[in-house]
Amino acid sequence: MMASERLRRAAGPALVIVVVSVALAVLEASGQAFWQGLVINLGIFTILTLALNLTSGFTGVFSLGQIGFMALGAYGGAILTLPPPEKAAYLSDLPEWLAGIHLDQELGGLPTGFLIASIVTAILVAVIAWLVGRVLMRLSGHFVAVATLGFLVIVRVVLFNADTFTRGSRTFSNVTPYTNLWWVWAWVLLVIYVVWRIKRSSYGREMFAQREDRLAAQAIGIRVMDPRLLAFIVGAFFSSVAGSLYAHFITSFSPTVFYFDLTFRVITMLVIGGMGSVSGSIIGAMLIVALTEALRRIEDATLLYGLSQIVLAVIFLIVIIVRREGLLGQREVPLDRLFGSRRRDGPAAPAPSSPTPAADQSP
Amino acid sequence: MTDYAIQQVVNALSAGSLYALMAVGLAMVFGILRLINFAHGDLMMIAAYVAVFCIGAGLPLLVSLPILVGVTVVVGLLMERVAYRPLRGSPDVAILLSSFAVGQILQNGTLLTTRLMDMPQLVAFPSPELLSGVMTVGAITIPKVNVASFVSGIVLLGLLTVFVTRTNLGLSMRAAAEDLAAARLVGINVNRVVATAFAIGSALAAVAGLLYSVQAGQVNPYMGFTPVLKAFIAAVIGGFGSITGAVLGGYVLGFLEVLVTSLAGIGDLLPQGSVSPEIRSFLQDWLPSGLASWRDAIVFVVLIIVLLVRPQGILGRRTEVDER
Repeated sequence: MMASERLRRAAGPALVIVVVSVALAVLEASGQAFWQGLVINLGIFTILTLALNLTSGFTGVFSLGQIGFMALGAYGGAILTLPPPEKAAYLSDLPEWLAGIHLDQELGGLPTGFLIASIVTAILVAVIAWLVGRVLMRLSGHFVAVATLGFLVIVRVVLFNADTFTRGSRTFSNVTPYTNLWWVWAWVLLVIYVVWRIKRSSYGREMFAQREDRLAAQAIGIRVMDPRLLAFIVGAFFSSVAGSLYAHFITSFSPTVFYFDLTFRVITMLVIGGMGSVSGSIIGAMLIVALTEALRRIEDATLLYGLSQIVLAVIFLIVIIVRREGLLGQREVPLDRLFGSRRRDGPAAPAPSSPTPAADQSP
Repeated sequence: MTDYAIQQVVNALSAGSLYALMAVGLAMVFGILRLINFAHGDLMMIAAYVAVFCIGAGLPLLVSLPILVGVTVVVGLLMERVAYRPLRGSPDVAILLSSFAVGQILQNGTLLTTRLMDMPQLVAFPSPELLSGVMTVGAITIPKVNVASFVSGIVLLGLLTVFVTRTNLGLSMRAAAEDLAAARLVGINVNRVVATAFAIGSALAAVAGLLYSVQAGQVNPYMGFTPVLKAFIAAVIGGFGSITGAVLGGYVLGFLEVLVTSLAGIGDLLPQGSVSPEIRSFLQDWLPSGLASWRDAIVFVVLIIVLLVRPQGILGRRTEVDER
């Protein structure tokens, strides 16, 4: 029975992987560059939204510094993968030890260098997040929001001033376009899995408990700092990965990209999907990416620039006022019920809900 | 050297006045509603654009000023009524997020409007006669706008103090900041108090917006973002929720910023022979002229240090720290 139970538990994730792979293969075969770009974009935003959900949605500690981590990930990853000729041409003043590093190797067609660069950068960013988080996670609601926004400003100032590494305000370009559908969505699935596991772990329950009532949680011995810090660090790690993916997708960028507009867009995705819901973040990212694209076309056609942000902000405001928990709140899309109801006809006893990446988890 | 120092002090007082004017509005609203109004900076931006239209149309400053203050106050009151009042009593974060949305709407609304009027995104500010040019006192030259900032800061903040301490409405406002529920219990009309706080905050932001754009020489739809962050820092340094604290914090921040910019490159500025070469090279190494471009980062580092060491600020009593 154990084996069959394990098999059944693995069925959900396996099905998701198969469905996503088939969809990506179809999309790749179709050769539709526009849709491919959109789906890559969606993947990057899904990672960002999930990371912010972990950092802020799960814990209630609102961080506005996430895009700062993404920026560090973008620049860090790009510097590491840049081939030597480009390094010499564009970043001629790099210190020698860094100028010698170029993670542009490929192994059997797989850009392993890019993978290593993303991970190394994300680890460094996670260390920074640990240092920053130890200080900032002690603050409550408002103040943590502004202090993390301060972190975003500091990152921006550093990127603008560290010419040697970032070319300052000039565009950082000629990044090898390693990012493709498969890279992005492999990371997306991994992030979904990790965030999902954290939500259902004791750490996750501590995050939610101290979010709902910090004093009551502390009174029964639930830790406040540790889960907050964990959420902050893991969120920063994945934001950095999203940054690396973005850098190797867009291939040229400057510090101005990574600022408040992007922050607000990710927050919108999170709030509309529901703070605390993994499937909500995915749905939120999908809705807003699609809506932004549609509105962008309207803007281009009517030349009413600014309209799309106004519409998004108004939707956001209405959601906050009328339905603050967003579409899903803390719940998840009950995918397993689809399996469950089918199974109920069979001989197997009604099964307890299984932790597929979208099982029901209403409190 | 003394002239240089005096000039920098005047700069600091002028910058401090602007921060104080902004920070007071933030602190009043925060004191009552526990809302950090991120859209406060955008009120400043609205005032700046109204000023561009009025002064650009040839209206004298004394006519433009009431118009731009009036428009800003109306926008401020609308903002409170539409986006914040429905959320009263919600978790802090919800209202904070709502203020982001309001900011986005105001910024992009301005962008859209000015685009429709065929204006560029960056508009040169038509400085009114009264505020342009410099004043010369002895060997010191001071831009007139800096003097105006300092004077209007002192006058307006003085009037505010009188209002808060000597009038009934001001007393109600202090009571509401002390304890909103108790204030309501003794019959204070909370809606009126909150609206008053927003109106006063908007009016002060409008004046700050005018002076700020004269100093900057240009306006754009996103110009409110950095000032509101600075005002927030000022309010935190002084002690959040306290009006006196916000004023004090504004001036502390003004001095801090001017200190960073004026000490940057000081090693090259000192006259020949006034210091020993060792001191000069020490200063050149540790206070290079490039330091000035790090100013915003330095200011935020100070904010974070204040939040850690003395989260209640210089004058505040409440803290916002969950765990030590």
